[in-house]
Amino acid sequence: MRRYLVLIAYEPWDWSSASEEVRATFFEQHGAFSAFVAEHGRELASAALDDTDTATTVRHIDGEVVVSDGPFAEAAEMIGGYYEVELPDLDTAIEAVQLLPPSYSLEIRPVIAIT
Amino acid sequence: MSGEALEQVVREEWGRLVALLLARYRRLDLVEDALGDAVEAAARTWPADGVPDNPAGWLNRAASRRLLDRLRAEAMRQRRAPLLVTEAERGQERATAMADTGDLVEDDLLRLVLMCTHPALGAEAASALALRLVLGVSTYDVARLFLVSESTMAARITRAKKKIVAAGIPFAVPRADALPDRLDTVAQTAYLAFTAGYAPGSGPDLLRADLAGESIRLVRVVLAQRPTEPVLIALLALMLLQHSRRDARAGADGQLVLLADQDRTRWHRDDITEALGLLRSLGPARRMTPQGAAYVLQARIAAEHATVETASNTRWDRIVRHYDLLLQIAPTPAARVARAVALAEAQGPEAGLAALESVSVPGSHRPAAVRAELLVRAGRVDQARTAYEEALTLCRNETELSYLRRRLVDLSGPAHEVPGAAAPPGTSRRRRRSGGG
Repeated sequence: MRRYLVLIAYEPWDWSSASEEVRATFFEQHGAFSAFVAEHGRELASAALDDTDTATTVRHIDGEVVVSDGPFAEAAEMIGGYYEVELPDLDTAIEAVQLLPPSYSLEIRPVIAIT
Repeated sequence: MSGEALEQVVREEWGRLVALLLARYRRLDLVEDALGDAVEAAARTWPADGVPDNPAGWLNRAASRRLLDRLRAEAMRQRRAPLLVTEAERGQERATAMADTGDLVEDDLLRLVLMCTHPALGAEAASALALRLVLGVSTYDVARLFLVSESTMAARITRAKKKIVAAGIPFAVPRADALPDRLDTVAQTAYLAFTAGYAPGSGPDLLRADLAGESIRLVRVVLAQRPTEPVLIALLALMLLQHSRRDARAGADGQLVLLADQDRTRWHRDDITEALGLLRSLGPARRMTPQGAAYVLQARIAAEHATVETASNTRWDRIVRHYDLLLQIAPTPAARVARAVALAEAQGPEAGLAALESVSVPGSHRPAAVRAELLVRAGRVDQARTAYEEALTLCRNETELSYLRRRLVDLSGPAHEVPGAAAPPGTSRRRRRSGGG
């Protein structure tokens, strides 16, 4: 089994104004993902994140701690949530994330052990 | 004698040995070195001891021993010695029996190919890795093929192997419904390596057709595992038709010779015959992925050239129709440019120019270069000059740059004659860039 972090990115949109049908579809797709993961491995953690305009970035620049408004990188897409899962291999992970809403871009990152 | 035997077994069995060692030990980071060491040991001992009865089995055992040494050393370092080594040794006993009877698991080779060509790897890295691991092509030669330095290529291959291990790309054949997509990627990977061999280099490496031929071998290896796979059959036909012209493509002075000017008696008839047979075996009604269908159409276009005695007999009308179908499946700008070239041959330069309108290939000089040639043939010299200048600002390849500069100088020369539609065939032929050359 391998551990992967699945980062979910999408173009900012207004969830609060989404229709009941749209919400139901999203929940259904996330449910299908979770069911698939449970069948082939296990889900370790997950979260939905608030919009990037609420993000704060902390960097060390020339020995100074610089706190700034906004996410790491300005991009059309923002990281909106994540799953941490344990699955047998990358192919299974690719198959799993295809169950998530198609409006997402998904980055699959292996989780490593720091020794 | 033993040198030849070793070379032959390395050439024919490399991929199978890598696959076998990988299936047993699952250590991509160690397999290649261990096998390399085994080949070195064979080069040392076979001349004195004679070639063993089962050379592949010998290499397999030598590489396995090397791998076990490494695993043992690792285990010692991590103080987990007993368990790991016992397990690996049990595997070794089984595997030795397997290798000695020549009973290698064929699917392992397909697993290896699918792993090397996984879509999660960069296309060029995947191509390089497949040539290295499946065919045993040296890193030096893979670097030559892709026109990069050996150290750059070595780093690229190492990075690809690291990604496979770290990301958990499986050594496995995917489910039946996922397999066609993956075989499409295998085909793309092989074709990328093939076209790299025909991308103009410089000096003695102007053409690297021998290395392009290795990607034909890669397709044959996969086809041996899946003999009825249409996308692989179509791709093999396409490659063979293009490869059949390898000896006619470079002149005595090392310059590229365009399709229309090639000495057709130097085309390899055996390749053409095999390719035409493959195309016939596909039949018309085959179920194919769009990519497979695109290879078939490109192969049919190449076959139009391969089956006429002289360039002037070329059925450009049929070639235009093939391109029309190709554009329905894969409407790429490159195919539109090639169609415009064919249309100019079939119906004259103005028709070609009309077809070129609004075609642009980001970063490519080719649309401008083709437009320039057609403008020359249409007698519109001033516009041709502008188009050549545009092509020159976009072109990055030395060989093609010098060709374009020569053409531009020709236009301004005092002895210049406008080659119109009625120019002698030899003149206009030497001056145009034909599609699929």
